[in-house]
Amino acid sequence: MTATTAGERRTEPPPTRRRTSWWTTLLGRQPLGIALSAPYAVFLLAVFAYPLGLAVWISFHDYFFAAPGADVARPFVGFDNYTAVLSDPAVRRSFLNVAEFLVINVPLTVILAMVLATALNAAARGRTFLRVAYYVPYVSASVAVVAVWLFLFNSDGMVNHLLGPLAPNPSWLVNSTWAMPVIAIFVTWKQLGFFILLYLAALQNVSKELYEAASVDGASTWRQFRDVTVPGVRPATTLVVILSTVTGANLFTEPYLLTNGGGPDGASASPVLVMYQRGIEQGNPDLASAIGVILVIGVLVISLINRQLLERD
Amino acid sequence: MAEIAQRPTGVAVTVEDDGARPPSKANSRRGRSWPRAVVLTLGAVAFLFPFYYMVVGSLQKTPDTSLAGAFPTGGLTLDNYTAINERVNLLRSLVNSGIFTSVVILLTLVFGLLAGYAMARLSFRGKGSLFATMLLIQVVPFQLLIIPIYVMVVRTYGLGDTYLGMILPYAINSTAVFIFRQFFLQLPEDLFSAARIDGAGELRILWSIALPLVRPAMLTVTLLTFIGPWNEFLWPFLITKDQDLQPLAVSLANYISNIAGRAANPYGAILAGSVVLAAPAVALFVAFQKHFTSSDLGSGVKG
Repeated sequence: MTATTAGERRTEPPPTRRRTSWWTTLLGRQPLGIALSAPYAVFLLAVFAYPLGLAVWISFHDYFFAAPGADVARPFVGFDNYTAVLSDPAVRRSFLNVAEFLVINVPLTVILAMVLATALNAAARGRTFLRVAYYVPYVSASVAVVAVWLFLFNSDGMVNHLLGPLAPNPSWLVNSTWAMPVIAIFVTWKQLGFFILLYLAALQNVSKELYEAASVDGASTWRQFRDVTVPGVRPATTLVVILSTVTGANLFTEPYLLTNGGGPDGASASPVLVMYQRGIEQGNPDLASAIGVILVIGVLVISLINRQLLERD
Repeated sequence: MAEIAQRPTGVAVTVEDDGARPPSKANSRRGRSWPRAVVLTLGAVAFLFPFYYMVVGSLQKTPDTSLAGAFPTGGLTLDNYTAINERVNLLRSLVNSGIFTSVVILLTLVFGLLAGYAMARLSFRGKGSLFATMLLIQVVPFQLLIIPIYVMVVRTYGLGDTYLGMILPYAINSTAVFIFRQFFLQLPEDLFSAARIDGAGELRILWSIALPLVRPAMLTVTLLTFIGPWNEFLWPFLITKDQDLQPLAVSLANYISNIAGRAANPYGAILAGSVVLAAPAVALFVAFQKHFTSSDLGSGVKG
C-alpha cells in the first residue's frame, strides 16, 4: 500500500508548481502504475522472458530431465545441439514442411480475407449473419474441427466420394504430396474469420472520397479494388502476414491429429511436433530447445522483413 | 436484421459496426451486386457446412459419406453421444475445461484490466519496456517456449497434473491487456483531469471513473480470452497425464489418436465429442456477437 499513498500524494500539487523530485525521477509521476501493472509484469517475466532465456541456456548445454531438486552436472556444449539438430533429416524436413505450409497458407489467407472483407463491407443485407458465419471456425477448438476434416478427407470420406475417380491415391491425409497442402488449407479456413475482422477494421479507415473519385473517373470495381482498397489496407496486410506466419510456426495440433503425428513418414511434421517428439517423448530437451530458438529467430526475421517490404512507401 | 451494433456506453468512443458502411450510391446505381452475393454465399457455405456435417455425422448410426448422406431423412440417433461418454467422461472433462477457462478469464479481467489502465492512463517507470515486451510477445509464440515452460512447471516446481500448472502459462491474456489499454486510451482526458483538480486520488479515479465505463470492453475481453484455454490442446496435453484432470480438448484428442479405431462407429463418436466441445464456444459467440466486431478487436490488436 505504500506505493498507493505515494501515488496519491504526488498528484496533488497543481501542475504549475512542477518540481521533479528524486523519487519522481526514479518511479515516474504516478508510481501507482507500477503497483497496478506489477502482476502482469511478473507474469511476463515468469512465462515469457525467463523461459526464453532458459531455452537459450538449455540449447547450449547437455540438458536432460532430472527429478525436482536433484543436483546434476549439465556441461556447456557450445553449438553441439544446433549442429545435431541441423543435420537431423527429420528436423530439416519439418522446416521445409513449414515453408511449404507458409507458401500456401499466407497468400491464400491474405487474398481470401481481403476479398471476403471487401465484399462483406459493401454487402447490403445479412451482414451480421455472414460475419458470424465467417468466424465460427476461428472460435471453435482445433480438436473439434479436425474431427470433421478427418471425416471429410478420409479415404472413404465425402470429398473422395464427390471426386470419384479423381480422388488421389493414397488418400489426402496419408498421401505425402497432399498431406501438407490439406493442413495449410485447413488452417487458412480456420483462421480466416479473424483476419476478415482485421481487414474490416482497416477498411473503415480507407477514405470514401477515394472511391467516389475513382468511380467518377469510371474505374471498374476491379480497378477500385486494386488501386484504392489494396493500398488502403496495407498496414493490415502487414499484420495479417506476420500473424499468419506466427500461426504457421506454431503448427502442432493439425499434424498431430489430422495426419496422425506428421505422417506419412514425416511429410507433414511441423517443427513444434518434432520439438515435442525430441524433447518430451524422447527426453532431449536440449535438442528441442535448439529447434525452438531457431524457430523464434526465424519468426522474428520474417516479421522484420515483412515490415520492411510492406510498410515502405 | 439488426445491423448496427451500438455499444451501451455514453462515452465518446466512435464505434462503427464492423463493415456497417451502407453501400455507396455509386455502387447500387451500377447494380453489380450479384457477383458479390455469390462470393459471400459461397464463403458462408464453406465456413458453415463442416459444422452442419459435424452435427449430422454425430447423429448417424452408420456413417453415410455420400452427398445424400449429408441430408438424412431419418434414422437419427443419440447413440454416438452415449458411446463417447462411455470412453471419455464428458461431464468431468467439461468441468475441467470450465475450471481452466474461467480461472484464466477471471485473472485476465482483474490483472489485465489493472495493467491496461496503468499503461493507458498513468505515467510510471518501466511503462515503455512493459509495452515493448507486450508487443514482442505477439511475435514469439508460446508454443516455441513449451520446452522451458515444461521444464519449469513440471520438473522444477512439480506442478504436473495440477490445475495450477495448467493455468499458469495462460493466466493473463496479452491481447486482452491490449484491448483494455486501447479502451482506456479512448476515454477523454478531461474526465481524468477534472477528477484530479477535484482532488481525487489515482485509486479513486480508477474505481469511480474508469471502472464503471469499462463494462463493454470486459465482455469483449471475456469472449476473446475464452477462445484460448477452452480450445487449447498442446499445453494441457503435455501437463495432464491424469484423465480426471484433462480438459475436453485433450481427452477427445486422446480418444481420436488412441482408441477410436476400436469403436463400432469411430467417426460418429468422435463427431459427437466434437459437437460437445464446439457447442459452448459457438453458442457464446453467436449470443454475444455484438461484442466481437472488428472495431472491438482491430483497435486492440493494432495496439
